[in-house]
Amino acid sequence: MFSILRSIWLTFIHMFHKRVTVEYPEKKNYLPPRHRGRIVLTRDPDNQERCVGCYLCAVACPVDCISLQATEDENGRRSAEFFRINFSRCILCGYCEEACPTDAIQLIPDFEMAEYNRQNLVYEKEDLLIDGQGKYPGYNFFKHAGVDAGVKAKGEGIDEEKPVDIKKLMP
Amino acid sequence: MMAKIFIDDKPYEVDGSKNLLETALSIGLNLPYFCWHPAMHSVGACRQCAIIKYKDDDDKKGKLVMACMEPVADNLHISIEAPEAHAFRAGNVEALMTNHPHDCPVCDEGGECHLQDMTVMTGHNERRYCYTKRTHNNQYLGPFVNHEMNRCIQCYRCVRFYKDYAGGKDLDVFAAHNDVYFGRQEEGVLESEFSGNLVEVCPTGVFTDKTLKKHYTRKWDLTNAPSVCHQCSLGCNIIASERYGTIRRVLSRFNGDVNGYFLCDRGRFGYEYINSKNRIITPARLVNGSFAAITAGDAVQEIKAIINTENNTIGIGSPKASMESNFLLRELVGPANFYAGVPAREGKLIRQVIAILDNGKVKTPSLSEAKTYDAVFILGEDLTNTAPMLALSLRQAAKNEPNEIARAVKIPDWNDAATREAVQGATGPFFIAAAHDTKLDDIATGIYHASPDQIAGFGNAVAGNINRQLNFVAADAEIEKLSDTISAALLAAKKPLIVAGTSLYNEAIVQAAANIAYALKDRGKDAGLIYILPEANSIGSALLADQYLEDAFAQASPKEAKSVIILENDLYQRMDKTATDTFLQYFTNVISLDYLENATTRNSTLLLPAGTFAEADGTIISNEGRAQRFYQVHVPKNDVRSSWKWLAELMAAYDSSPINLDAVIDRLTAAFPALQAIQYVAPSAGFREDTQKIPRSPQRYSGRTAINADMHVSEPRPPADPDSALSYTMEGYVGIPPPALTPFYWSPGWNSAQAINKYQIEVGGELHGGNPGKRLFEPDPNSKAAYFNSTPSACSPKEGQYMVLPLYHIFGSDELSAQSPAVAERVPQPYIALNDSDAGKAGIVEGAIIEILLSGNKKWLPVKLKMGLPQGTAGLPKGLQETAGIIYPFYTTIKIAGND
Ligand code: SF4
Ligand code: SF4
Ligand code: SF4
Ligand code: SF4
Ligand code: FES
Repeated sequence: MFSILRSIWLTFIHMFHKRVTVEYPEKKNYLPPRHRGRIVLTRDPDNQERCVGCYLCAVACPVDCISLQATEDENGRRSAEFFRINFSRCILCGYCEEACPTDAIQLIPDFEMAEYNRQNLVYEKEDLLIDGQGKYPGYNFFKHAGVDAGVKAKGEGIDEEKPVDIKKLMP
Repeated sequence: MMAKIFIDDKPYEVDGSKNLLETALSIGLNLPYFCWHPAMHSVGACRQCAIIKYKDDDDKKGKLVMACMEPVADNLHISIEAPEAHAFRAGNVEALMTNHPHDCPVCDEGGECHLQDMTVMTGHNERRYCYTKRTHNNQYLGPFVNHEMNRCIQCYRCVRFYKDYAGGKDLDVFAAHNDVYFGRQEEGVLESEFSGNLVEVCPTGVFTDKTLKKHYTRKWDLTNAPSVCHQCSLGCNIIASERYGTIRRVLSRFNGDVNGYFLCDRGRFGYEYINSKNRIITPARLVNGSFAAITAGDAVQEIKAIINTENNTIGIGSPKASMESNFLLRELVGPANFYAGVPAREGKLIRQVIAILDNGKVKTPSLSEAKTYDAVFILGEDLTNTAPMLALSLRQAAKNEPNEIARAVKIPDWNDAATREAVQGATGPFFIAAAHDTKLDDIATGIYHASPDQIAGFGNAVAGNINRQLNFVAADAEIEKLSDTISAALLAAKKPLIVAGTSLYNEAIVQAAANIAYALKDRGKDAGLIYILPEANSIGSALLADQYLEDAFAQASPKEAKSVIILENDLYQRMDKTATDTFLQYFTNVISLDYLENATTRNSTLLLPAGTFAEADGTIISNEGRAQRFYQVHVPKNDVRSSWKWLAELMAAYDSSPINLDAVIDRLTAAFPALQAIQYVAPSAGFREDTQKIPRSPQRYSGRTAINADMHVSEPRPPADPDSALSYTMEGYVGIPPPALTPFYWSPGWNSAQAINKYQIEVGGELHGGNPGKRLFEPDPNSKAAYFNSTPSACSPKEGQYMVLPLYHIFGSDELSAQSPAVAERVPQPYIALNDSDAGKAGIVEGAIIEILLSGNKKWLPVKLKMGLPQGTAGLPKGLQETAGIIYPFYTTIKIAGND
């Protein structure tokens, strides 16, 4: 008997507690920058595409929903010829971002991607590429890499010595 | 000799003639290494394979040694796992990494990089060195190989392969200590015909495949098939790979009996024609002078109607097409109406070679066994250009006799550095009788340049020296002296090898080579005899037909309008243009099954798109008589398919049920019982490993739910493969499949091509399950083969005329590979080669334009001298567009252009 009354009492006082239900979509919750939502491709500080078409995100993806083809410009700079994510398969696990060596692919705090037609969930590079650096500002892969891809000459990169003169005789 | 050794206290029975690195790898243990290579052995340069070796049972401390430089000894105790050895190996990699660029994401080696694998294996995973890195400038090395020197780890494998193994002269090591540089003395095209092997030999991304770079794909994303190179008669085993519907690259597929670890550049880079814009991808019908695409169903119906209304359609086969395709065409038109797709001179020569292989008097060794012979005599072949990988094998054979010097002082065979030091570049008995200079001249101990008939006469003189009962005499004293030297050297050798071929279209050379080999055999020698043939399936197609193009041309007449089906064959490459034009005009229907547009398809009325080796399954028979199966890499999104599939659809007998490869092979072997072995070349389509099919793609294959999502968001069902035990996905058996069905190499921790170690019973040796391929001709100890009594006319050149010989080019003489953009960059411009003194007498200088009469037409070509041609002969590059359709040799006159 006592326990029934106690339950009724406890339920009753809940009416005066603070509400946790959010009136979405009228009210929107705060999502931290590291929230794993829609995927974007970012640009480096020089406003060039960061993605070098290395395929690491594609191979890391557990549902295999990333497909791309690498290409090279006349300077030898690699980028993606096409880059496709099938969001109808994506589970927003963030493995691609984890795998990306150039900070190009990033998950952002936007998850409102619902579509009536599943085909519209297939995003191509032009749908993915944004105009900024996303949440990792500053990194420019080609300044660190050894290759000369038109970004810096051989030996001009970060922590690089001038190219060896193979004809010099000094030890 | 077997030995018992203890590795980390576990006993193993091992081969006593090996070093400890090979031994550990053969057992299946993971021991990192860089500089050792199973085909090039040990030099101890990289210090990566460190282990602890103990004096005896009680020694607990031991000392650090390099496993690749230590021989196996009985009762030896070693440790791979000892912490000191571990730390040394991790330290070594860490030191190498101090200068290594931050390149993996843009490095084409990534994902199949031996350096990545070894770094992970040693456990080095954090960079402690945070100072500057050494950098290098790169060089342009031609259309095949890309250079990125920053990635070098100084293992020396590249120069050891390029110079020591392949005899190249233009790649070397420069500078000293931390600065060493591997490249050319100055930028430029790598001259070696084997330069592409640097891509696989270099354990890092310094040398990578430039053709792959144009459409770069990681190893894990490729769909692969075990295949066989179709670009010369040797039949090297390859792995061909596809992504997004195009072929991305070709790698060597290890076959211990054929090509081993390597390929030539024609085989490796000549695949690009498959992706050409000139591919025929849909059936087409000629309407008002131009081709209009029709559906596959319509095409089949139309051709069926044509064949049914007239009962003598003729069929022309091809030495480029598979056994299955040639056979079904023969079935479709009937044996009497089926012609081998080659000129009679070539066809009869091939049948002569087959007869010699078939009598089995002497052994025809495999491409790989050719390396074990210790004296070589080549008659009339420019091997580097007609059978490149055999030239590479023979370079190794030339080392056998001098290597005895090293063996005599107890240097084991695997100790490469010491062996080379002892031998000092000496080469063993190696003789070349050819029509001109060849690239093997640098290792030859005797060279004879003469016209084809004289080469044959010279060969017979050598045979006459060996077997005195033969009635051959040398033409003059000088020749007698050289033939004495050669016969003495061949008789002194343990295993003499005779090499000849069909390239000069001279039957007497083929017979003279057999005479020498027979004579050696009769003197009790373990002789070998190898013939080079013109094309990938020359032997196979010749086994199915003994009527040739001339016969087909002769029987065609304007009175009875008939139809002809031409299988994967551009007749204009083989026969005179006017004759071919006339021939084709006799037919109301010219039906071509081909891959690329060519003169024949342009003169056809109906086209069917045929699969190249990448889109077809089939069997071809190499020069050794080895039947080998190649498998389709992918299912193209167009109408391209194996020719035999088209032909099966056209055949009424197969109307009811769809026919697969096994069914065609059953029919073929029923009709040709001598070819029974073809059935056992590879497991049949019903074969399952552990109840599963063998996947063509690796486990990590990516993008399956996105590749086709632009067309349709639901994934299509992967295509089925009714013709083989392979599947078109990454699903299926995980592990080591039968060797004939191995589409790629991978093993946990071994992502690079060096995972092949795990597929071999003993590293560098036979594959688990045996090396693939079945030989059709084996030596027969009771063979009663008779000597050939041909006495070729000591052909003196006709007064005022030149005898024109074909000159072969690895890049150019094969019409298909020559249409691959990278190879096309290396194809020579047309020229005419003359003897220096002939030219001098006529006042012709290098580069002069001269006029030559080619099949009745005047042509103007620049002159090349200094090619070693004998007097009275001239040479034309074979197989270029400008020289197509010439039947060699022929006599002609030349004159300086403009002088009338
Ligand atoms: S991992 Fe990054 S750089 Fe590599 S392909 Fe994906 S997005 Fe591009
Ligand atoms: S060579 Fe290997 S380790 Fe070096 S950058 Fe290339 S993939 Fe990375
Ligand atoms: S270029 Fe490659 S093969 Fe040559 S030494 Fe450097 S890492 Fe070794
Ligand atoms: S030697 Fe012949 S079969 Fe071998 S890779 Fe070269 S072209 Fe192909
Ligand atoms: S593999 Fe032994 S030292 Fe290089």
